[in-house]
Amino acid sequence: MSDHIVSAFTDELDKLAADILRMGGIVETMILDACAAVNKNDVDVARDVVARDEQVDKIEADVERQIVSLIARRQPMAHDLRAVFSALKVVGELERIGDLSKNIAKRTQRLDENVGASMRKGIYRMASPVSRQLNMVLDAYATGNASEAKAVWEGDEDIDQHYNSLFREMLTYMIEDPRTIGAGAHMLFMAKNLERIGDHCTNIAEFVYFQATGEYLLSTDRPKTPHLDG
Amino acid sequence: METTMTESREMSAAGIKMDETQGLTFPRIDCRNIDVFYGDKQAIFDISLPVPDRSVTALIGPSGCGKSTFLRCLNRMNDTIESCKVTGEIIMDGENINDPGMDPVLLRSRVGMVFQKPNPFPKSIYDNIAYGPRIHGLAASREDLDAMVEKSLRRAGLWDEVKDRLTSPANSLSGGQQQRLCIARAIAVRPEVILMDEPCSALDPVATARIEELIDELRKRYCIVIVTHSMQQAARVSQRTAFFHLGELVEMGETDQIFTNPRERRTEDYITGRFG
Amino acid sequence: MTDVAPDPFRNEKALRRLKKRRAADARFRLYGLSAIAFALLALSVLVASIGFQAISAATYHKLRFDIVLDPAVIAPKGNDTPAEISRNVDGFYTLIRSNLEATFPEADEDRMASRQLGELVTRLAVLPTAKWVAENPTQIGQTATIKVPLNDDLDLYLKGAVSKEFRLRLGDISAVAETAPRQVLLTGAGAFKALESLIAVQRQEVGDAVDARSTLVSSGTAMGRVTSLSTDTLEMTLLTGSASDFRTGRPMARMIALPESQRNVSDLQIAWTLALKDMGRISRVPHTSLLTHTDSTYPELAGALAAIVGSLLTMMVTAFIAIPIGIFASVYLEEFAPRNRLTEIIEVNINNLAAVPSIVFGLLGAAVFLGFFGLPRSAPLVGGLVLALLTLPTIIIASRAALKSVPPSIRAAALGVGASKMQSVFHHVLPVAGPGIFTGAILGMARALGETAPLLLIGMVAFVADVPTGPTDESTALPVLVYSWSTNAERAWEPMTAAVIVILLLFLVTMNGIVVLLRRRFERRW
Repeated sequence: MSDHIVSAFTDELDKLAADILRMGGIVETMILDACAAVNKNDVDVARDVVARDEQVDKIEADVERQIVSLIARRQPMAHDLRAVFSALKVVGELERIGDLSKNIAKRTQRLDENVGASMRKGIYRMASPVSRQLNMVLDAYATGNASEAKAVWEGDEDIDQHYNSLFREMLTYMIEDPRTIGAGAHMLFMAKNLERIGDHCTNIAEFVYFQATGEYLLSTDRPKTPHLDG
Repeated sequence: METTMTESREMSAAGIKMDETQGLTFPRIDCRNIDVFYGDKQAIFDISLPVPDRSVTALIGPSGCGKSTFLRCLNRMNDTIESCKVTGEIIMDGENINDPGMDPVLLRSRVGMVFQKPNPFPKSIYDNIAYGPRIHGLAASREDLDAMVEKSLRRAGLWDEVKDRLTSPANSLSGGQQQRLCIARAIAVRPEVILMDEPCSALDPVATARIEELIDELRKRYCIVIVTHSMQQAARVSQRTAFFHLGELVEMGETDQIFTNPRERRTEDYITGRFG
Repeated sequence: MTDVAPDPFRNEKALRRLKKRRAADARFRLYGLSAIAFALLALSVLVASIGFQAISAATYHKLRFDIVLDPAVIAPKGNDTPAEISRNVDGFYTLIRSNLEATFPEADEDRMASRQLGELVTRLAVLPTAKWVAENPTQIGQTATIKVPLNDDLDLYLKGAVSKEFRLRLGDISAVAETAPRQVLLTGAGAFKALESLIAVQRQEVGDAVDARSTLVSSGTAMGRVTSLSTDTLEMTLLTGSASDFRTGRPMARMIALPESQRNVSDLQIAWTLALKDMGRISRVPHTSLLTHTDSTYPELAGALAAIVGSLLTMMVTAFIAIPIGIFASVYLEEFAPRNRLTEIIEVNINNLAAVPSIVFGLLGAAVFLGFFGLPRSAPLVGGLVLALLTLPTIIIASRAALKSVPPSIRAAALGVGASKMQSVFHHVLPVAGPGIFTGAILGMARALGETAPLLLIGMVAFVADVPTGPTDESTALPVLVYSWSTNAERAWEPMTAAVIVILLLFLVTMNGIVVLLRRRFERRW
């Protein structure tokens, strides 16, 4: 995209994207840090993640304000309109991801110290593909690359499968040792949260795709693994 | 520079607080209780409007609401209309420019104006720019004048387009170029304030965008007041917006605020297209 | 409710209305075209009639003399000053007379003929020769070729403007006999049949009046007037030349429709003129004296130079007064004057003034400039002043219109960069209005150039023999010259008048041409 004649418009759109990417960066570390906290039972890190969500919310509010002002003052059209619309949606998705990460961190604080390392590991293992999804979709957003976005969108199947196997693993732990049921329930919610984060990433991918091409990716076209929890 | 600017904008968001220590934040022009009469008919009713420096103030409102009349008070252009009478104080640099003792000719060299229709003089591009400096004796030498012409054209973003044909008639330029030439002509006399009376109403959208970009650029050096029929334009170019209706100032404030959350019902009705 | 047509533009009523509208359109175009055609026709008739008349004055006949400039005649005292020589019209005229008398010795026979011979050349026609000799005294005693204009009536005769003339060539002459002094009898079998039948035909047309017509028979330089005629014989009185001239060739007969008593040229003069023409001494040359001579009572000597110069001087005075005053007045009224009752009254009065008949300005000029200020009569100065008054309203109105048409945005632009009111007017408004103002001024001047009435009243109708050298000299003007020449009785003035009109028109066309040029060159588009 070449620059607008009114350079301030370009500047504002650039700032919007930069803020969203900054927000995405924070959210990404929140996922990793929250899951690392689960793994190492590090309550301090978990607390820090919870605190960072506030920052995310602040950025979200700021971005939304920018978007409203942009719509009111610049009357964006075509690609610009899609960019602003996508930004609005993406910022919401990121905020949700932030919330889910915060939720994981909160549950970490309540987790029994004696929960086995193998159980914790399961969550930690799932964190990296999820955060990779987010990382990739943010890259796609930064470059406006539709095919990358589509790759992320299609990659959600892996996350779902990952979740399914983790779900079965947790069930196995809980059946084996009923004392782990409390922790296991928390773990299941964490896994579910990670799975939801993956879904949000696919949503972001849809908006990135829409921004770049003006076309919608329909969820019905996506290869889907049936959720075990319905 | 940039920091003080953003600060000044934040200040003005709060209704322009006088802040002597900041130096730049007090209003460049402070209009107090302006009334304008055409004969027996009153066109403007008791308008008080502070205009901040180094920012764009847009005056919007339906036709005949007095925004152009108000604008023309700021460089005493209303003097040229015989039946027109302006009362009230317009303070600029501590002087009341509405005072009969104020020389309007001198004032107009400090307060430049750009008009609705591009109105270059039927002379060469060079002479159009050089005219103001010539009559005010601003240039000491021919080289000096050349430099001033170049600087003005550069600031108006027109230099690259016309540098090879400075002697060709100004009328040979396109409408948008002519309007930028008029802006350059206004800049050439080194004004402090630039008034623009619907500067884009005769231009196509691309030329309009160029002018708007130019205005955004000029805002860093000048105090700009622009009258526009296009609310969108006001939204795009201005930092502060004042809404006029039937000769009254209904509302003024940060442009963002006026266009996203106007305080007055009438403003909202106007900008959302529900008027009348 | 009447029936409402589903498609308002398709029903019959609408179509009829449409047809009517189209017809009205076509009708209007026709009116316009015919109006323009009529105007063009009127103009071309006017120009054609004037041009046709003037064309005969474009050339005139000059008579050549090869004479010895006898010092005894032209400088009788022997030590004459050039001034005396140039004034010695009589002397030069005597030279010409004696030359003519030598050519046509028969004129000596009676006083009448002698006088008529003298009329071939107007006495004053030798004036240029006299001046030339005075300037070149070495020519005295030498043989010189001089050309003088032929008498205007004979000039007209040669141009065929005096009378209708029937010409035919006679048959072969077998015998020529001189029955009495200057009475010649021509004989030839059937030689005069054609002439006889021509007379018979004419008799049918005009009855016995044909007897009053002159029938002249010429051969070479000789000519006689027919006294009696039959198919084979012709008796005539010899006007010039000798009987022997008729022995060779076939004589030419010409019947002049106008009887001798009704024309200014006698048969004898015609005979001489034709003889001179036959000798090759008469040539038709461009009438340059129309532009180089001043007025004269003799058409062949008269020229419009004094009037042209007078008109130019008058126009100069008018221009110097009317244009600056007009421009300043209009600039003030249009740009500076407040709009109030007083300026409105002034405006209305200026418009009224433009409609005042020009003769009223003449009366005013006579009363004020001549009577009160005591300026000289007949002077271009006074004429110029009067015409300036006359054109002033026109110029002011045209200039105001030109100033009004300057877009106000220009003024606003100038004021906007801090120009004063006067700077905005003089730097920007006037240059833009300039072509319009000058168009108005030149059109006003053109009107003034064609004005006659006011100039008559201030005495510019005087007979002016000298070219005026300054605005206070006695002078006349082109339109006045047209007027005074057209009141002259002699026929020869008619084409002369037309010629002056053409000169006047050329001036006007030139001025209008300047207007067009100015517009083309300087008018700016907005």
